[in-house]
Amino acid sequence: MKRAVELKINGDTYELLVSTHATLLEVLREKLGLMGTKRGCDLGACGACTVLIDGEAYLSCLMLAVDAIGKEILTIEGLSEGGDLHPIQSAFVEKGGLQCGFCTPGMILTAKAILDQEHNPTEEVIKKKMAGNLCRCTGYKKIVEAIMSVTE
Amino acid sequence: MQKELNVVGARLPMLDAAQKAKGNAQFTDDLILAGMLHGKILRSPLPHAKILNIDTSKAERLPGVKGVVTGKDIPDRQYGIVPMAKDEYALAKNKVRYIGDEVAAVCAIDPEIAEEAVALIKVDYEELPAVFDPLEAKKEGAPQIHEGVKYNTSFAIKKEFGDVAKAFAECDAIFEDKFYSQAVNHAPLEPHAALAQFDPLNGQLTIWSSTQIPFFLRRNLSNTLQIPERKVRVIKPKVGGGFGQKIDLFAKDFCAAWFAMHLGKPVKFVYEREEVFISTRQRHPMYITVKTGMKKDGTILAQKFQAHADGGAYNSTAPTMIALSCFFLMIPYRVPNLFYEGYHVYTNKPVGGAMRGHGIPQARFAVERQLDMISQRLGLDPAEVRIKNSIHAGEPHPAKFIINTCGFADSVKTAADAIGWKDKRGKLPPGRGVGLAGASFPSGVSNMSHISSGAVVQVGRDGAINVLSGAADIGQGAETVISQIVAEELGVPLEDIRITAADTGITPLDPGTFGSGVTVRAGNAARLAAIAVKQKLYNFLADKLEASADDLVAKDRKIFVKGSPEKGLTFAEALKAYQYADLPMPIVGRGSWMAPATEPTTLFKENGNFAPSYSFMTQAAEVEVDLLTGRVKLLRMVTAHDCGRPINPMLVEGQLEGSVLGGMGQALYENVIVEKGQVMNPSFLDYGFPTFQEMPEIEAIEVETDDPIGPFGAKEAGEGTQLSPAPAIVNAIYDAIGIDFMELPVTPEKILDALAKKHKKEGCK
Repeated sequence: MKRAVELKINGDTYELLVSTHATLLEVLREKLGLMGTKRGCDLGACGACTVLIDGEAYLSCLMLAVDAIGKEILTIEGLSEGGDLHPIQSAFVEKGGLQCGFCTPGMILTAKAILDQEHNPTEEVIKKKMAGNLCRCTGYKKIVEAIMSVTE
Repeated sequence: MQKELNVVGARLPMLDAAQKAKGNAQFTDDLILAGMLHGKILRSPLPHAKILNIDTSKAERLPGVKGVVTGKDIPDRQYGIVPMAKDEYALAKNKVRYIGDEVAAVCAIDPEIAEEAVALIKVDYEELPAVFDPLEAKKEGAPQIHEGVKYNTSFAIKKEFGDVAKAFAECDAIFEDKFYSQAVNHAPLEPHAALAQFDPLNGQLTIWSSTQIPFFLRRNLSNTLQIPERKVRVIKPKVGGGFGQKIDLFAKDFCAAWFAMHLGKPVKFVYEREEVFISTRQRHPMYITVKTGMKKDGTILAQKFQAHADGGAYNSTAPTMIALSCFFLMIPYRVPNLFYEGYHVYTNKPVGGAMRGHGIPQARFAVERQLDMISQRLGLDPAEVRIKNSIHAGEPHPAKFIINTCGFADSVKTAADAIGWKDKRGKLPPGRGVGLAGASFPSGVSNMSHISSGAVVQVGRDGAINVLSGAADIGQGAETVISQIVAEELGVPLEDIRITAADTGITPLDPGTFGSGVTVRAGNAARLAAIAVKQKLYNFLADKLEASADDLVAKDRKIFVKGSPEKGLTFAEALKAYQYADLPMPIVGRGSWMAPATEPTTLFKENGNFAPSYSFMTQAAEVEVDLLTGRVKLLRMVTAHDCGRPINPMLVEGQLEGSVLGGMGQALYENVIVEKGQVMNPSFLDYGFPTFQEMPEIEAIEVETDDPIGPFGAKEAGEGTQLSPAPAIVNAIYDAIGIDFMELPVTPEKILDALAKKHKKEGCK
C-alpha cells in the first residue's frame, strides 16, 4: 500500500508517494537520489546508513519512511554546502579518518549527534557511542583522533 | 643521502577525502542510469547436487520481469583470475558445488520484483554426497567435486632446498606441531555491485564494477560473454574496500552485462550482505604441520612445512595462494634447509580467495607460534631468536630472492622496545602478557607475465597536469600516492594534479590492486611518465636558460638552473613558452614499468626473485586475559614496519592501523562458521569483527629503509601488516596464562576450557 507523505529532509519538504513498508534508507536513496546514505548491511548492524532524526542518530535501514513524517531529517548532504565542510568533516579529512569512505557519512553523522549532546566527551565515551558504526579500513584510531580534535 | 622532497613524504589527505566526507563519492550502487533495470540471483540451497531441470516459466510471467537466465543459456566458458585455474561458471552448468552457488538470475523493473521472481524459479536437483573438510576430501573415495580432479586436489606444490634430512640429524632440538587457521571474511563495508550498459549500435559494453582488477575483469568478461575485449569497457567507480575480496569476476558482473546486452537497457546487480559473506571469497582455512630443527643457541637449521588449504568449491587464486604460503617461509628468517608441500583441496563450501596477506597469514601463524613454543622449551628469548635468524640485505637466498633492503631485525628490536619487552615478557602478573611475531611481504611480483603498469602524464598550457593510470584505488589512496609521485617529479603541489584512473577505455594497462604492488609498479610507471614530460621541457628550456638540461630542477612550480633559482621560469611560463615555440607539440609523457626480471618464470618450476622488493614487519602485542570469563583484551599493539620510504606517512599509518585490527579479528573473534556447507553467521551481527570498543592502543612505527627499486624508496605497506598480529596476540596469551593455542580464533570458550584443563592437571600433581 502506498501513502502520500511529506518528509522534511535537510531543511526541504518533499511530497512523496511511498510504500508503507519502505524504509527511510530506500526512500532517501531510490526516490530522492540522496546517495550519501549508504547501504552496508540493511540489517542495522553497520551504521553506514546513519541519519539524524531531530538531532539523534538513527539507522535509516531500520526505520520506516512513514515513521519519519513530521520530523527533521538530516543526511550527510545537508551537513555542509558547496565547497564548505562542517568541522567534523574537515577533521576526518585532515586527520586521515577515512579510507574507502563508505562508512564515512554514517561515522560523521553519528559523531555529530554525540558532539551536539556532549561538547567534550572522553575518548572512552566516543568509542562506546561510535561502536555501532563499523569500519574495516582504518582500525578506528584516526577516526577517534578526528572526533577528539573537534572537541578541543 | 636524504633527498630533498616536498610532496613525497608529506602527510596529505587523500585527493578524494573531502568528497567522501561530504557523501558525494560515487560507489557503484550510487550510480543511476535512465531506464535502469535490477537483477537478483538464485543460489543453490544444496552443497552438492546435479541440476536436473530448471523451470523459469512462473518467474518469467511475473509482471515487471524482463528476463531470466540460467547456466544453459550462457557460453560454455569458465572464468578465473588465474588463467590456469579457471573452473567457475557465472551460472552453474549441470551441477552446484556449494550452498550459494549461482543457479539463475532474474532482471526486473525493480529489485523487489526481481527477488520475488527468483523465488518462483523451480529447480529439480539430485543431491550428491558432499564433503566439508579438506583432509576428508583428499581421501580415496571422497565425493568428487570437479570432474577430473583427483583427490579434490586442484593444486599441489612441493620443493626441497638444501638437505633437510641431513640437517635435522644435526639439530639439537626438533619440534613438530599442528596448527589450524580459520575462515575469515574480508567484510568490506561496500557490498559487491555492478552496473552494465550496452550500446547495440556499436556493440560496446560498459560496466561499472566494485572491483580491484578492472583489466582482468575486462578479460574475463570478454571471454565468458564471448565478445572481443575491445568491446568491453570496465570502469571502477569508488570502491568501498576490498582487501582481496573484489579480485575476481563475479556472477553480478556477468549477469549485469548479459542482461544489458540482451535487453538493451542498463542493468544493476547489488549483493546483499549475506551474499557477500557466502558467495564471494574468504581467507582459506588451513591445516598446517610444521617441524623445525634448531641448534641450542636458537639457530634454525631445518624446517618441514605441510599445508592443506580448504579451497571451498572453486579455485579462485588457488595456485598463487598455496605458493605464497610456501614461498614466504624463506623470508624473513634464514632457513638453510627447507621442505614445503602445500595442497589446495576442494570442499563443498564457500570459496577461498585472496585476502590481505594471501595464504601467508595462515603460515605465519603456525611458524611464529612455533618459534615462541620452541624458544620457551629451549629457554631462549623469542625476540632474540627472531633477530638471530633474520635474513639481511644482500645475502644469498636459497630461492634466489634478491633482498636489496631489509629492516627486519630492526623491526623486531623497535617493536620489542616499544612494547616494553625486557620489563614485561614473563614478568607481568597472571593474566597479563606480551608477545611478538614477524613477517615479510612482497611489493608486487616480478616473475609473472601481465604484471606491468603504464601511465600517461599530459600537461596543459596553464600548468594543469593530467595523469592517466590504470591503478585501482579501492580506498587505500593509490590515486593520491601516484599523484604525489608525479607532483614531486614535476615540482608542483598536489593540487595541480588531476588523475583519471582505472577505466579500461581510457587508462593504460594495469593488473589491479593485489599483491601490494600498486605503489611500486603503478607509482614507478607514473614517475617515468612525469620524467618524460620533464625531460621534454628541460631540453626545450636548456637553450633559453643557457644551461645544460641536466642542470635544471623543478620545484615550487618553477623550473630553474640548479643553485640559481633566479635563472628560471614558472612551470606555467615554461609550458606557454614551449607551446608558442616554432614547432609546438603537445607534451605527453609516457611510462611503463615492470619489475626487473630476466624472463617471466614462476617459482613453481625454478628459483628466481619473486618480488621487486620485500617489506618486513614485527607486531608486538600486550594482552589481558580475564581468567573468569576467558575474554582477551588486546591492550596495545605495536607495529614496526619496514615499508621503505613512505610516500604518504599518514596513509601508511592508516594502512598499518587498519591491518592490525583485521589481524586482531582473525586472532580473537572472526570465524565463518559452516555447518554441513551452510554458513551459520553471514551477517555483521553474527560474524563480529572488531568495533571501536575493541580497538587497542595502536602504535605504528615506520622502520625506514631506502629501497633502490620503489619510487622514492617506497615498498609495500599495510598488507604485510596483517601477517603477524594473530601470532603476536596468541604468543602474548601464552605469556599471560601459560597456555599454547594452536587454533584460531582464540575465543573465550577455548580459553576457559584450556584453563579448566590446566587447573585439573595441576591439581592432580
